[in-house]
Amino acid sequence: MATLSVCQPQLGGFSFENCKRNALLEANVTNLGCGLPSFRKTGTTICGVVYKDGVVLGADTRATEGMVVADKNCSKIHYISPNIYCCGAGTAADTEMTTQLISSNLELHSLSTNRLPRVATANRMLKQMLFRYQGYIGAALVLGGVDCNGPHLYSIYPHGSTDKLPYVTMGSGSLAAMAVFEDRYRPNMEEEEAKRLVRDAIAAGIFNDLGSGSNIDLCVITKDRVDYLRPHDQANQKGVRSGDYKYKHGTTGILTKAVTPLLLDVVEESVQTMDTS
Amino acid sequence: MAAYIAQNRVEMFSRSNDMVPNWENQEVSTGTTIMAVEFDGGVVIGADSRTTTGAYIANRVTDKLTPIHDHIFCCRSGSAADTQAIADAVSYQLGFHSIELDEPPLVQTAANLFKQMCYRYREELMAGIIVAGWDKRRGGQVYTVPMGGMLVRQPVSVGGSGSSYIYGFVDSNYRTGMTKEECLRFTAEALALAMERDGSSGGVARLAAITEAGLERTVILGNQLPTFFNA
Repeated sequence: MATLSVCQPQLGGFSFENCKRNALLEANVTNLGCGLPSFRKTGTTICGVVYKDGVVLGADTRATEGMVVADKNCSKIHYISPNIYCCGAGTAADTEMTTQLISSNLELHSLSTNRLPRVATANRMLKQMLFRYQGYIGAALVLGGVDCNGPHLYSIYPHGSTDKLPYVTMGSGSLAAMAVFEDRYRPNMEEEEAKRLVRDAIAAGIFNDLGSGSNIDLCVITKDRVDYLRPHDQANQKGVRSGDYKYKHGTTGILTKAVTPLLLDVVEESVQTMDTS
Repeated sequence: MAAYIAQNRVEMFSRSNDMVPNWENQEVSTGTTIMAVEFDGGVVIGADSRTTTGAYIANRVTDKLTPIHDHIFCCRSGSAADTQAIADAVSYQLGFHSIELDEPPLVQTAANLFKQMCYRYREELMAGIIVAGWDKRRGGQVYTVPMGGMLVRQPVSVGGSGSSYIYGFVDSNYRTGMTKEECLRFTAEALALAMERDGSSGGVARLAAITEAGLERTVILGNQLPTFFNA
């Protein structure tokens, strides 16, 4: 196992230096008394379908850190190029960075070829990168787009294998979504039917899988336009409380009242606005 | 050492986090039954169509018969990622070589490229490949490159997890001098038997016949497979 000295610059790729330390920590979890940190995953249901004029991609919007929802409205449909989008499941950071890297490389490639990029090119770039990292990059992707050869849809697994299919699902909720697809998919659907099918598939994942939840995002890609519908359907709206814990004045009777003023001087005043964006 | 420790890490995380089911972390493998038969004038190749991640079928209509060149195919079994990457690399190398030669490449060349890659990276790869095709020098040929990187030419070869169940059938039913149609039926029956018994094989049966004239692909759907006595 390589141990780099502090002064030597990293040559790129993963540094496995901390693996031994992590293994020791994991083995002594009970002695330590505290839990190990878990990384943020997009538990997720993502899916895609090819229809008459193009592809429809769908995703839920829940990001989890262990058993806690870290983000109730995260965006899992990533931009790759004007005609290609990619849904990501697995480790949130991995899907985000991988799609951004390939998007950037694809833009340079497109400028070099002077053509609109092809979905097969994006697929090759993604699979070759993920294979190079032998599954350590936990990114499971649904890649869809329309190019000069028509609409295409790929599913890409963390180890670098890909499948080219008319309908795909990925993520922890993929079994629920696939059940909906296997029941109702037909080749050459109309756009509204395809959107309804993807919406229902993601909804199945949201309601039957603990790792998926919140809203449904859709992305419709055709030859002429891209509709990024975020949110397409707010399946889980926060409920309105039916009861009230406020008590009216006079509920509790006042026996005695003693007022003691605190004499304070304002020394310093500063205002810091909260970032509510 | 690093790879071994890392593997434990993955298992621990999957066990502690119940929300992410086990099959999410497992590698995609083509469980598989693959087969190739030589006849005078070409080869017949066949495969099932099931790709699994653990107990879930990730793709039930996979095409495991991958073209490497116009008259040379490979049947893939083992890790889907490894075999796809190897096939892509060998296709590139063979295409380049063919352009340099200004001639269609030999099946033996393709088989040797597979062998070199599978043997060099034998510790890292999980790939069992059958290379089959037609060339002008030796006609139809079948070469098998199992895990570990051996290369051997055989008149008939089976591979994948489902192959264990059909060695007896293949050994007893293969004869030299079969015609293309007889080979196609022989392959279809063998695949049907393996798919019936092996849990990791199933879906549709894909067949291809490669001759000097070119390529003929057929698909046999699940309900059209040859049937045998079912206990």
